[in-house]
Amino acid sequence: MGNKTFVGGWHVWSHKELTRDAAIVAAPLPPRVVIPLAQHAGIVCRPLVKAGDTVLTGQKIGDAEGLITAPVHASISGKVTVVGDALHPVLGSAPAVTIESDGADRQDPAITPAGDPRGLSRNELVSRIRAAGIVGLGGAAFPTHVKLSPQKPVDVLIINGVECEPYLTCDYRLLVERPDEILDGIGLLQRAVGVEKVYIGIEDDKPLAIRTFQKRVSALKLPFSVVPVEVKYPQGAEKQLIKALVDREVPPGKLPFDVGVVVSNAGTALAAAEAVFQGKPLYERTVTVTGTTVREPKNIRVRLGTSFAELIAWCGGTTAPAGKIVMGGPMMGLAQFSDAVPVVKGTSGILVLSTAELVLPPEQPCIRCARCVDACPMQLLPYAMSLCAQMKQAERARVYNPSDCIECGVCTYVCPSKRRILEHIRLLKVGAK
Amino acid sequence: MSQAQSNTVVLSVSSSPHVRSSESTARIMWSVFVCLIPSGIVSWNVFGISAAAIMLTAVGTAALTEALFCRLQSRPLTVGDGSACLTGLLLAYNLPAQAPLWLAALGAAVAIIFGKAVFGGLGGNIFNPALVGRVFLMASFPSLMTRWPAPPMFGLDAVTAPTPLAILKDSVQQTQIITAAEIIPYTLWDLFLGRRGGCIGEASVAALLAGAAVLLWRGSISWHIPASFIGTVAVVSWCFGGQGLFTGNWPVHVLAGGLTLGAFFMATDYVTAPLTKKGKCIFGVGCGLITAIIRLWGGYPEGVSYAILLMNAAVPLIDRYVVPRRFGGGGR
Repeated sequence: MGNKTFVGGWHVWSHKELTRDAAIVAAPLPPRVVIPLAQHAGIVCRPLVKAGDTVLTGQKIGDAEGLITAPVHASISGKVTVVGDALHPVLGSAPAVTIESDGADRQDPAITPAGDPRGLSRNELVSRIRAAGIVGLGGAAFPTHVKLSPQKPVDVLIINGVECEPYLTCDYRLLVERPDEILDGIGLLQRAVGVEKVYIGIEDDKPLAIRTFQKRVSALKLPFSVVPVEVKYPQGAEKQLIKALVDREVPPGKLPFDVGVVVSNAGTALAAAEAVFQGKPLYERTVTVTGTTVREPKNIRVRLGTSFAELIAWCGGTTAPAGKIVMGGPMMGLAQFSDAVPVVKGTSGILVLSTAELVLPPEQPCIRCARCVDACPMQLLPYAMSLCAQMKQAERARVYNPSDCIECGVCTYVCPSKRRILEHIRLLKVGAK
Repeated sequence: MSQAQSNTVVLSVSSSPHVRSSESTARIMWSVFVCLIPSGIVSWNVFGISAAAIMLTAVGTAALTEALFCRLQSRPLTVGDGSACLTGLLLAYNLPAQAPLWLAALGAAVAIIFGKAVFGGLGGNIFNPALVGRVFLMASFPSLMTRWPAPPMFGLDAVTAPTPLAILKDSVQQTQIITAAEIIPYTLWDLFLGRRGGCIGEASVAALLAGAAVLLWRGSISWHIPASFIGTVAVVSWCFGGQGLFTGNWPVHVLAGGLTLGAFFMATDYVTAPLTKKGKCIFGVGCGLITAIIRLWGGYPEGVSYAILLMNAAVPLIDRYVVPRRFGGGGR
């Protein structure tokens, strides 16, 4: 208590105990991967391979011109069988490259350590990070190289080690298992952005991670501040974390660099370190596979393109039929219509909810209890927008600024009348465009 | 062979979030109901079985009326959400302990019909339903509503005894200077524990506070309305409640009458109170001012119900102008 935080939010039941102590394990090589060419916010990649081609692990198989995009790489070695539309966990369906494994996991010889990265210029650092296809691994998958070249002067780099989504522990495991590499990555990001002040925010329900980082930072004499933040959802939302750590508020419709801040996820910093030091492209990531009915919930290092079904099966399957499979956490994650979807760069977790855990309670009338108003991290009036949406008065709802909503879902979570407030607000947002 | 995965089950797909808190409307309503029960038990002890009969009648009538109107209005049956039973209990707490049972039944029916059902049920009403019922009874049956039984434990045979506030009001209106302590047959400790005349639910401040403490701890209510309401009554009655400035007997004003019941259990009704913390404070201060004005200068010895109802009417205005500051600044 007493740690830094933001206004609003709610203590959401975390369920992290399922995988908190599960050390990261590498998944077996998948026999086949489906690698979407759209794994990031921005322009979809063009395929650089065709059916029948042989590819190596880490070989670039898709890229695009333009600023906001990131290349994609083969995550196994083998033969390209299909280049065409396939299931996608976010987009439903999107162009993808399917690779059948040769079982050898032969690395692309182009992957070589960079020598001493201290000699690299800022531009070289940024271009290596772009070449490795690094995107934000927290879930939004925004290309990191774009973040590292802010259009306005920035003076603060914030590393997000909060992981406020219930159930997810992949970032936590990285924080406690690989602190030195993450700190290396943070140093690279700091140099790339060109700032002096670096804050590492970690929720205070992760004392081991906080202690580990405080010890390593002081042992290595690094100029970073490790700041415990109050455990409260959505503490890891970008705007709320900036508010908690440096007391700046990103104005509506603006981005962190408008208040002089760049925010990056701790896992992204690790990926940046691997890219720059080892030349390793982003072809695998850590994923929490969890749920109360999953036999052996795990934190897994997964090759991108591995199907959800394969990972769930590798965790021993489930003790009860799956009712819902969510990519990400239960608050902001996306419900999947199939377990055949592949892991993409933005897949932080695979959450299986049993049919018994499905919550679709009937909506009752708003009793104006104001829990949503108190909990809204953007200080909006969710109940009012919800009522407007139900009365189909999108125009009237504009005064409540639905476009400010960060869709964290805390309003729906807390509502005692079980109103689907965020769903209503999403309808307003779509209607308002 | 593509997509030959194990997917034979039908998966549920819905908009996030995929988990919900365990709190529900029914849980909130029933917890308030339960937190009112200690006070009811004290009333039963103080006033006898008639108090218990009134409580049962009011709760039962409220539930039946709710069920009837759900049927008439083709709405799903909402008796289980506890709000009708709560309205019935609160109405009973606003009646004298020797009121006839038909009065309790009539009040409860009016509370549900004109306080809630005509607005479309829970969440639509502007005024606190229980207070609508009480004010209707006050206007229609004033004598029945102001016949206060003396608590039997005083050993008096008298059927009626003036309430502490009525005594206080008379004393201030008399020109002779007498201190309240001389003329009020109750000590503050009597008021606190429940040895006094008055409505069923007004008997024991201690029992009400015990229930309120649970609600505050549970997070069902916040301190804003009760604190600002009671604080305002205390300050105004201290300033203007006596013969000169700052001589008012504020402890009696705070402990007597329906202030504790009103401030913790009626003014805090979600549906009819403002949404924001600031709005709640304004609402509480308004309730306190009107209560004090009615008590000190108005025609009635007690003003809590009218104060809450009048401020209920101001809630839409308060909610319109008292809005939280949008994150990131900028106007609204």
